[in-house]
Amino acid sequence: MAGIKVFGHAASISTRRVLLTLHEKNLDFELVHVDLKDGEHKKEPFLSRHPFGKVPAFEDGDLKLFESRAITQYIAHRYEGQGTNLLQPDSKNLAHYAIMAIGMQVEAHQFDPVASKLAWEHVFKLIYGLTTDQAVVAEEEAKLAKVLDVYEARLKEFKYLAGNTFTLTDLHHVPAIQYLLETPTKKLFTERPRVNEWVAEITKRPASKKILQ
Amino acid sequence: MRTILQGSLLPPPPIKLSHSSLLFSPSHSHYSNLKFTTKSSPSPPTITMASIKVHGVPMSTATMRVLAALYEKDLDFELIPVDMRAGAHKQEPFVSLNPFGQIPALQDGDLTLFESRAITEYIADEYSEKGEKLMCPGCNKVKAITKVWLNVEGQQFDPIASKIAFERIFKGMFGMTTDPAAVQELEGKLVRVLDIYEARLSKSEFLACDCFTLADLHHLPVIHYLMGTDSKTLFESRPKVAEWVKKITARPAWAKVVDLQKQ
Repeated sequence: MAGIKVFGHAASISTRRVLLTLHEKNLDFELVHVDLKDGEHKKEPFLSRHPFGKVPAFEDGDLKLFESRAITQYIAHRYEGQGTNLLQPDSKNLAHYAIMAIGMQVEAHQFDPVASKLAWEHVFKLIYGLTTDQAVVAEEEAKLAKVLDVYEARLKEFKYLAGNTFTLTDLHHVPAIQYLLETPTKKLFTERPRVNEWVAEITKRPASKKILQ
Repeated sequence: MRTILQGSLLPPPPIKLSHSSLLFSPSHSHYSNLKFTTKSSPSPPTITMASIKVHGVPMSTATMRVLAALYEKDLDFELIPVDMRAGAHKQEPFVSLNPFGQIPALQDGDLTLFESRAITEYIADEYSEKGEKLMCPGCNKVKAITKVWLNVEGQQFDPIASKIAFERIFKGMFGMTTDPAAVQELEGKLVRVLDIYEARLSKSEFLACDCFTLADLHHLPVIHYLMGTDSKTLFESRPKVAEWVKKITARPAWAKVVDLQKQ
């Protein structure tokens, strides 16, 4: 069937963000593997799908998209009635939507740049035979600690980041967190009680487990 | 650039304010309320309480992003300056508006928001019937394309371009020197992004569709700064990009934002 295709790599944080959303929504899709080691993402035909040469790219029938957070938002809206609701419970309330949007911007601009650098240092570098730079780790962990302090305060007021239900805002964090839990950086999450609880909740979801396979 | 000051500041003295006064304290000594309306008025600004308040400064790119959206929508607002030099953005009462300690923050009635791109999206949605439309007309699929290019600005363009603006402009303001090697490396990355924009703008009048949207607007503050530097050649040498820059910077709403810097 024409349906939904994801062009990416099953281990990539950004690809997993999209796969996670599809699993939450119980949507059928095909994962078309892109060979990163071979530089497939920097060449045609992949560049026609993502001119910036990054995974993932996405297709739903004749709609072609890239940028994982644009894709997840499309899926959440287009398939609103299906599977897990990833928007606010009152999806037409613009003020509540804006609160969720803040959290998505915070994840993209405050959390992810730091978390991705740590995942690169602790995990992906080793796959490429490079060594972890402990000075970078220390610097990035200091930044992450500040972000998680804000999250700790936020999660004392609400069960999840955008309110009392699981939304895209929480989901966007899952893939990077899953990697960091396998590294020494894990302590930054476990030593903050509410953050620790939140991490446990979002990583135990069946969809979150599916992307680890 | 959400914070203008880099380098170390002395830790600010603690300010004790009762929580209830945090959001509505026009008499606080660090704040002065200036009402900016979009109608020209011969009398000096009056102190009134508009329902929309922006906490920020006209020099900040993130603040400018929000102001541009408000002017495009013909919305009345108050700009409440934040004393960056005194570190007001890192202390109460500001951090109750944005716990990350960055400008701008926006209040609309009893709703408080931060992150400029979440704020502009809220303005575009909440006031969709007012002023300019800032989203592509259409269904989920068209909205999705807009989101793609919104993410491109946030994830591909801004991280590079705002570092160049920092090197070329903001460093000089704070007595630091531009690092030419850094500028060269960053410009090497920016040209790859602008080549993609050139291809895109050959197929679409604006980035997301054939109308001006937030995806274009979000670029204005950093492009405005870069066009005042040698980096402007990167934009001018690409015909479609050059045309697009000219169009978006010529918008009357943008001229109003630039005017605020002169006051």
